[in-house]
Amino acid sequence: MEITSTLFAAKAIYIGLIFAITLGVAAYSTYGERIVAAWMQDRVGPDRAGPFGIFQPLADAVKMFMKEDFIPANSSKWLFIAWPCLSMLTALLTSAVVPFGDKLDLGGGIEMDLQGIDVNIGILWVFGIVSLGVYGILVGGWASNNKYSLLGAIRAASQNISYELAMGLSIIAILMMTGSLSTKVIVETQQNGAGFLSWNIWSQPIGFVIFIVCAFAECNRTPFDLPECETELIGGYHTEYSSMKLGFYLFSEYINMFVSGAVMATLYFGGYDYPFNEVVEAQFGQNIAALVGVGALMGKALFFVFVFMWVRWTLPRFRYDQLMNLGWTGLIPISMFNVVWTGLSILIPTTFNLPAWASIVVSWSGIGVLLIGLIIYHGATSKKKTVALAH
Amino acid sequence: MNFWYFLTALTLLSALMVVFAKNPIHSVLYLVFTFFCISGHYVLLNAQFLMAVNIIVYAGAIMVLFLFVIMMLDLRKNVPESKSNLTKLAGAVLGGTLLVVFIAATRHMNLGNGSGAIGAQTGMVESLGMILYKDYLLPFELVSVLFFVAMVGAVMLGKREAGERNF
Amino acid sequence: MNLSNRTKVLEQEEMTLSERIYLPAILGGMATTLKHFFQKPATIRYPEQTRYLGPVYRGMHILKRDESGAERCTACGLCAVACPAEAISMVAEERKKGEETLYREEKYAKVYEINMLRCIFCGLCEEACPKQAIYLRHDKMAPVFEDRNEVIFGKDKLVEKMDQRYLRDGWK
Repeated sequence: MEITSTLFAAKAIYIGLIFAITLGVAAYSTYGERIVAAWMQDRVGPDRAGPFGIFQPLADAVKMFMKEDFIPANSSKWLFIAWPCLSMLTALLTSAVVPFGDKLDLGGGIEMDLQGIDVNIGILWVFGIVSLGVYGILVGGWASNNKYSLLGAIRAASQNISYELAMGLSIIAILMMTGSLSTKVIVETQQNGAGFLSWNIWSQPIGFVIFIVCAFAECNRTPFDLPECETELIGGYHTEYSSMKLGFYLFSEYINMFVSGAVMATLYFGGYDYPFNEVVEAQFGQNIAALVGVGALMGKALFFVFVFMWVRWTLPRFRYDQLMNLGWTGLIPISMFNVVWTGLSILIPTTFNLPAWASIVVSWSGIGVLLIGLIIYHGATSKKKTVALAH
Repeated sequence: MNFWYFLTALTLLSALMVVFAKNPIHSVLYLVFTFFCISGHYVLLNAQFLMAVNIIVYAGAIMVLFLFVIMMLDLRKNVPESKSNLTKLAGAVLGGTLLVVFIAATRHMNLGNGSGAIGAQTGMVESLGMILYKDYLLPFELVSVLFFVAMVGAVMLGKREAGERNF
Repeated sequence: MNLSNRTKVLEQEEMTLSERIYLPAILGGMATTLKHFFQKPATIRYPEQTRYLGPVYRGMHILKRDESGAERCTACGLCAVACPAEAISMVAEERKKGEETLYREEKYAKVYEINMLRCIFCGLCEEACPKQAIYLRHDKMAPVFEDRNEVIFGKDKLVEKMDQRYLRDGWK
């Protein structure tokens, strides 16, 4: 495809728009977080800044900017300043490969994908950027020249690395089904079929559960928010950070939430696909259909952001050994099983000439097999009763 | 082409900084940056898969482990003040040998019309997968066995023996 | 060693399978929070909305007048004696001729001051008062002050205004 100047300009506008939307959504996630927290605790929530408190993010930002920007005396200054920015950078870079919508017809035979870059390694790109996010925390904690920060940073980094493995394995099952690493192709394979029935969630229930748990761990959200802990670490990796540098760290968490919501929607919930999109396209044309698709993806991503908050205000956090146990002895074996079982669900319909829904039946029967295995394992490992004396 | 020169200069500079940086953490970070530059070279060669894997495996996983170890060690105490003459000599001999090997290798390299033989799709995932799983299936599987053996070895080394207390 | 005979034997079982999977408990908890998400908030937007605190709430002090508008206080000093925080002070004065409409008794308080920083709103002054002159009103709180010069409330702030008389709910 020739890169025409119209296409270039449109792409530039699109990228700027995605950038702005991501930042805006992240900013309003902080407000949403507080509202959700308040409503779940039967409270009112922030309502002072503007009508219904909608200027609250603005007020928070002003507060953050106005605070004293403190740099510890013996810290390595350059890294200390650079690493919160890197945290933001890695959080924002992921959205480049998420397909936000279908093709947009710009007139004159020029069509633009509503996607930053359509590389054929899309999902690996997401992975690479996520694995870089560790540096933002690790080096930031080290540069503070504070032992508690360092401990928090190391805790965070080992948590992220542990859960990346299970996340990667759960994605591999998706890749086996679609046969491509490109996020665009992953979405397109979910589009043919009857509406939302062809979404990957129906054939990958176990994979989705693993992925969402790992997404929680990667975003450092409750119940895996161990990097920050006041009682154990005097705050965590950002103990020494103040003002907008701290703001960047906190903000990147919200960006990560939104982007991982978008990635989850792309991988498991059909991306920009929505029921009856053929009807919409036939009625109102390609552009309207694509824009509605963008809305659909945004809706799905925002729903996941809500789920992130919902879980945060429901669950207490895991203890660190429980977290590591869950990651290494729970999620990784299950995701291995999921990979094998996905292979089975692809193989069985093709070898026995069964219709397509058979693979879905096979993949859901995987849950049953997993449960039976767990029951056997549980019966073998659990002791009947331990008695403790309390005085 | 200009971009290639810029990237190469950046790569060499950061690679040199790995050696010359006094702080080991800075050294590791420069190394990470070097990996990024090399990934940039992969992109220029249209080998996107290698670029992503390079970032994930080297920059994302291995260097994090390096950082872990270096942060945990108290390097200020462990660094010997000056190396003995014998180590200096051994280092010089080793480095010199490596240099000779490199020069010999480059002299025999044919820099002529090499680029014509490589198609634009060579570095893509599909063709890479085809090569790995068809032409080089046995070596590929052997490497995975090697990894497995290494993993078992690591588990065995890390296993706590009976009666041993680590903390 | 048994220190008391109240030792209890706790039987702590290992986690069951559903507890070890975590998911059933997590989903149950999320259902609970979702139920609360759609419930009416238990809190109110305070300065704009206020709650009725009951007829015996002890808020701002008031020096009552009688039905004809004369001040009831006779400056006996019992409230000052009763006050545990020693917040009340007063200066007594004899009622002159022609002031019968202003003061009910023959002696009245020329100065009556309450230090609001000292006051603990215990209501003992109200109980001590033999003339039913001082009350802690239930419907109004002591106002916020921003300066130490404002904290001593004199008669101008304490004496009941005739156009907005204070009536406790129980008196009706």
